[in-house]
Amino acid sequence: MGEKLHFDLVAPEKRLFQGEVDMVVAPGSEGDFTVLPDHAPFMSAIRSGAIEIHKDGAVEKTFIHGGFAEVTPEGLTILAEEAIRLNDIDQAWLDQELKNTKEDVQDAKDDSARNIAQQKLAKLEAMKSALANA
Amino acid sequence: MASLKDLKNRIGSVKSTQKITKAMQMVAAAKLRRAQEAAEASRPYAERMSAVMANLSASMDSPDAPRLLVGTGQQESYLLVVATADRGLCGGFNTNIARMARERIAQLLRDGKEVKILCVGKKGADQLKRLYGKLIMKVIELRSAKNIDGTIAGDIGTQIRTLFEQGEFDVCQIISSQFISVIAQKPRVQTLIPAREAIDSSVARPDLKGALYEYEPDEESILATLLPRYVDTVILSALLENVAGEMGAKMAAMDNATRNAGELIDKLNLEYNRQRQAKITTELTEIISGAEAV
Repeated sequence: MGEKLHFDLVAPEKRLFQGEVDMVVAPGSEGDFTVLPDHAPFMSAIRSGAIEIHKDGAVEKTFIHGGFAEVTPEGLTILAEEAIRLNDIDQAWLDQELKNTKEDVQDAKDDSARNIAQQKLAKLEAMKSALANA
Repeated sequence: MASLKDLKNRIGSVKSTQKITKAMQMVAAAKLRRAQEAAEASRPYAERMSAVMANLSASMDSPDAPRLLVGTGQQESYLLVVATADRGLCGGFNTNIARMARERIAQLLRDGKEVKILCVGKKGADQLKRLYGKLIMKVIELRSAKNIDGTIAGDIGTQIRTLFEQGEFDVCQIISSQFISVIAQKPRVQTLIPAREAIDSSVARPDLKGALYEYEPDEESILATLLPRYVDTVILSALLENVAGEMGAKMAAMDNATRNAGELIDKLNLEYNRQRQAKITTELTEIISGAEAV
């Protein structure tokens, strides 16, 4: 494979990845999709999950939560609301957060607090399943 | 003429002031580095976001496009978000932003527009209160939050969007300070709503070579989620640049203050020594003339 795909992964706080890659698999809102070099212009919302960055035979996985993917002739850009490398997630921390958030959902005093806690719970569960599949 | 004791006290108090300004300068320098990194780290996201928005908005031409993007079709009432620091002692930083806000408000009022003000940061509100107190809808203080992050920007963004949906204003602009370098900050006005006005001029669109975008799920729902994010992103980067600018300005101001205090101390010391010498000379003369008289 001679041609490479230019890939940018940015979160509000920082740029997580920038460079030439072979292939990226991302969790679109309508299903996972794969982007290869010379992909047609395309834009998709992202659901919580892991993206796979294939580069020189190695695969790097990053968990992203919310955001958008955009493919232009120049390459692929993923704007994530949150992103964390799967390797950086600590299983113990995740379990603890899951437990806390579950309690938050139960203890929530009003609907808006419950909503926020539930969204967080959904995010953490997505993180957990991404970690389990890794 | 101040007495010797007065001078000594004065020197002491200037010295302790100098210690304070020196400490403030060092704190600002440390905070500046962090703030600068945060501001720079947020830039790629904001840039890519603008590029994505530019692509999307160019292909959205239907009359039922989201109002956040195309506006209400009127330009009668303005919401000005004036973002300043919560603290003073940073040179002309807050004043420059407030001055720009005042000029903008005066101009809009002259044109017969309705103006509402949302102050982010206490100092801006303090300076605008006297002239335009009635126009200020709300003051959001940043002091309670330790770090400027997406949550705060999201909060402010949500408030602005709620006001927009209630039909409180047609156009929303944010006035904040652009961080050019450690010693240079420039106030600027950015348009938040309608988003299209902010986008079209600033970003170059990639050449699609005649191809058309495909959207998943569809254009409208992507735009509906992307637009609020876009507003939040602009607010966040404005706030982050503000913090960096505030720290830069504070560092420069405190550096100046420390240097001025140093000069003042030198001058007072000279005066003190001169008076001490004069006193000794007088005493000597008295002793000598006393001895001669005997």
